[in-house]
Amino acid sequence: MLIDEVEMLRQVPILARIKPAKLKLLAFASDRMTYRQGQDLCRQGDVGDAVYVILSGTADIIVSSPAGEIKVADVGENAIVGEIAVLCDVSRTATVRATSALEVLRIKKEHFLELVNDFPQVAVEIMRVLAARLSHATAELTAARALNPPSTAQ
Amino acid sequence: MEKSLLRYIWKNTRLQQLWILLVVVASMVPYFLAFDLPKRIVNGPIQGSGFEDPDTRQTFLHIVYDVPLFGNVEFSRGIELNRLQMLVVLSLIFLALVVVNGLFKLYINTYKGRLGERLLRRIRFELIDRVLRFPPKHFKRVKSAEIATMIKDEVEPFGGFTGDAFVQPALLGGQALTTLIFIIVQNFWLGMIAAGIVVVQAILIPRMRKRLLELGRQRQITARELSGRVSEIVDGIGAIHGNDTSNLERADIAWRLGRIFSIRYDLYQWKFLVKFINNFLAQVTPFLFYAIGGYFVLLGRLDIGQLVAVIAAYKDLPGPLKELIDWDQARQDVQVKYSQVYEQFNVEPLIDSSIQAVATAPVAALKSALVINNLSLSDDSGARLLNQVSTEIKPNETVAIVGANGSGAEAFAEALGRLAWPDSGGVTIDGRDLLELPESITGRRISYASADTFFLHGTLRDNLLYGLKHSPLREARYEGGNAREFETYAIEASKAGNPAFDLNSDWVDYAAAGAQGPEDLLKIIRPVLDAVQISEDIFDLALRSTIDPDVHTTIGLHLVQLRTSLRRRLAEEDLGDIVVPFDFDLYNAQATVGENLFFGTTKHPMKNSPQLAAHPYFQQILGDTGLNDDLYAMGLEIAENAVELFHDLPPHHAFFQQLTFMTADEIPDYQSLLQRLQGSPSNEVSSEDRTLILGLSFSYIEPRHRFGLLDQNLMERIVNARKRFHAHIPDDLAGLVERHDPQRFSKSASLMDNVLFGRVAHQMADASDQIRTLMREIFFALDLYDDVLSVGLQFDVGSGGKRLTMVQRQKLNLARALLKRSDYFIFNRPLSALDRRLQDQITHCVIQDLHREGHRPSITWVLSDPSLAEIFDRVLLFHRGTLAESGSYLELSQTNRIFKELLS
Repeated sequence: MLIDEVEMLRQVPILARIKPAKLKLLAFASDRMTYRQGQDLCRQGDVGDAVYVILSGTADIIVSSPAGEIKVADVGENAIVGEIAVLCDVSRTATVRATSALEVLRIKKEHFLELVNDFPQVAVEIMRVLAARLSHATAELTAARALNPPSTAQ
Repeated sequence: MEKSLLRYIWKNTRLQQLWILLVVVASMVPYFLAFDLPKRIVNGPIQGSGFEDPDTRQTFLHIVYDVPLFGNVEFSRGIELNRLQMLVVLSLIFLALVVVNGLFKLYINTYKGRLGERLLRRIRFELIDRVLRFPPKHFKRVKSAEIATMIKDEVEPFGGFTGDAFVQPALLGGQALTTLIFIIVQNFWLGMIAAGIVVVQAILIPRMRKRLLELGRQRQITARELSGRVSEIVDGIGAIHGNDTSNLERADIAWRLGRIFSIRYDLYQWKFLVKFINNFLAQVTPFLFYAIGGYFVLLGRLDIGQLVAVIAAYKDLPGPLKELIDWDQARQDVQVKYSQVYEQFNVEPLIDSSIQAVATAPVAALKSALVINNLSLSDDSGARLLNQVSTEIKPNETVAIVGANGSGAEAFAEALGRLAWPDSGGVTIDGRDLLELPESITGRRISYASADTFFLHGTLRDNLLYGLKHSPLREARYEGGNAREFETYAIEASKAGNPAFDLNSDWVDYAAAGAQGPEDLLKIIRPVLDAVQISEDIFDLALRSTIDPDVHTTIGLHLVQLRTSLRRRLAEEDLGDIVVPFDFDLYNAQATVGENLFFGTTKHPMKNSPQLAAHPYFQQILGDTGLNDDLYAMGLEIAENAVELFHDLPPHHAFFQQLTFMTADEIPDYQSLLQRLQGSPSNEVSSEDRTLILGLSFSYIEPRHRFGLLDQNLMERIVNARKRFHAHIPDDLAGLVERHDPQRFSKSASLMDNVLFGRVAHQMADASDQIRTLMREIFFALDLYDDVLSVGLQFDVGSGGKRLTMVQRQKLNLARALLKRSDYFIFNRPLSALDRRLQDQITHCVIQDLHREGHRPSITWVLSDPSLAEIFDRVLLFHRGTLAESGSYLELSQTNRIFKELLS
């Protein structure tokens, strides 16, 4: 029901500061979807048409590389995924695969962008999340480089 | 074509014209008799001349003639009649003459009308025939709407004129001449005056009409241009909106209408001026008779009796004369129109008609190479597209043509497809120029497809098979009345110079596609559709369309089986929750409340469920079950929710997409409605307001809208109401609602819904994709795939195929070319709208498929992706209008710099 969804949406950090009435509207305008374990929410390389808020369950973020699929992160309740492709207008950078039965709210791209336009707080929160991810990624990259330094010959 | 319309009419209808003239002359006899008779009736039986004595009798029909050699011969003795009998007999004869005259008139008018219509048919057909034979270049200069206007409207008056073309002047001229001679005989000088005025009229009026004709010509041209512009506006409506040029178009149209107005007004003024002068001249003659004739009488040089006779005779002159002048105007008018049409359609060089002659016999395969000799092409402006290209394309050879856009590659392919005519050089096969070969050879043994698609308004099937319909191969069989009807059609067609080919014959050349007949044609079509990757689209079209189980009996028969196998497969795939099946005893959460109540689909597309709900029987049930109030309360809550959520959103906000039961404009209406209804008990609400509110609850789906308004209790009561509703459903409602029946096919639901027999769970991810995949599997497993495909082939593609996407159109266009088992296939970037990956796949498939079964036609393909050239025997590299190099892919990719650049 919408009211429960609004409660859940309030737990999501980037949406926390939005008024409940607006959250209800957002919930109504979004599709509530269920995924089975192993089903993909989105696939790497597809067009980014929606953002997903996980209401319950867990999912893996997977990137395919020449060496095969690599799991780069996992996400759980209240996480928001798929926002990069929507914000940057690029194709999906990773595959999101459900690792359990998953309940998500699927927010269409145009709805999400309207939301960012209407509420600057949302934009700030998204920045915060992205910056955290970036620092995390940088740390991982540093670690990886230290293990396997790139050759200087080139 | 003849340059003069009169000559054209004479050439095509002279025998009929002579006949009608003869009939008209014959009709004069009873006509004048009927004139003469009233005088005899009045003078004779009525006034009593010849019946002075009451017992006097007169002989009637006493016919005696002096025949040379035989002397006086009495043909009929006649009968003796008294005065009353005579009156009756003469009156009856008068009646008979009236009937005869009427019949003559009927016959003459019908005959003339038929003559005109036939000529109209002939000329229209001839014009279309010429369009079919125009050289390709000409079509770059003409607008289709203008040609259509000419054929449809501008030739129309020719038909009306045909019947009078020769009869009228002959008759009227004769009448006028007789009167004139009579006047001259009475008095030479007065006769000369009359003749003089006639001559003045005959010279002056046509001169004045010159301007009329010029104006008429302009009127015609401007009107035609207007229709051309209108069609441009319609075709380019997207560009007009996109560029905000609608006001430019308005200005253009207003300007054109203004020009048409001034031309027409000018025309109008002249016409009446001419009429005035004409009338004046006609009236001036009697004036001269009175003045000059009277003067002569006073002088005693003219007998008064003669003058009266002349004036009396003159009364008969202006009538025919005026009509003659009118006829002449009509003649000049149609002649102007005709010469306009003549100019537009007299295009040189016209394709010789023998090249398009119908050929029913199979055409032998082309076994020699296409030899291209110094081929040069240029575009309409004279720019060179191709310069002195010579090469050869062997049968069985696959040739890739590569080159940048504008390199001449496309132009080369167009020349092979006979769409571009060379400036010099040419393409020959067996020493014969490709352009001189009959189209029955090139059109059947050479397939050409480009990115420009052509679609008729018709079904997909018609469009796919279009390339196989060369001649009426299997005559349609007619019986009884239909046979006679066709016979008259054929006779009439030949009389108007039309071919009597029967459109109802089976024109499809099944053998050319490799099939035996209509039955196994689908077996041939399917691999082709698979090769161009459009089968799935067609399958989906079929799933979305409603079908008649009486026509597609196999699908109807297997319906239950289809439904059960879908259930089984869903269970096997652990997707059981993806579809919620219809169950008479259960509430279907994925369907609307309205559908749950009716448990069926509405047969009438214009009647939605709230309208059905207004039916007294249904109202009764709602009242009895108490649902009336519950649903009303529910509707109110929905309205409140929607208004609360959306009231402060701008009307074009993206969120409105999700609001399925209201539009953005209706929000304020519902807001005021809610204010009005607040506090008022539900039984005091007007029925319109109630219907509005009930409509909201009827379209509510809990998992989708999630307002939390449906509880178990309410759902059960809805199911109960449904059962009561169907228990005693009256006939008129039963005719509107088609109940969900697990055993029966619903004609008002799509094939997809029929097989699903339930609603797809809205919240399940990728549900519809998974279901489509499963459906395909099921139809395959039950060997019904072809049946579904043939349903999809009945899809109406719309005007110009606009109901299909560009990608689908290009795929089908390619499929149409592939269906013909040609010896040469020429593909000119046929799939430009597709992405590269698909283009590659389809190209591979097509080449593989064409080279199966030992048949090895030649394929020439202008490639968008030069790396695909690898799979072709030979590569022709075009660069700046010349053939830069020809060789294998390996050679070119290693040695040729331009090719390497294209590849990178």
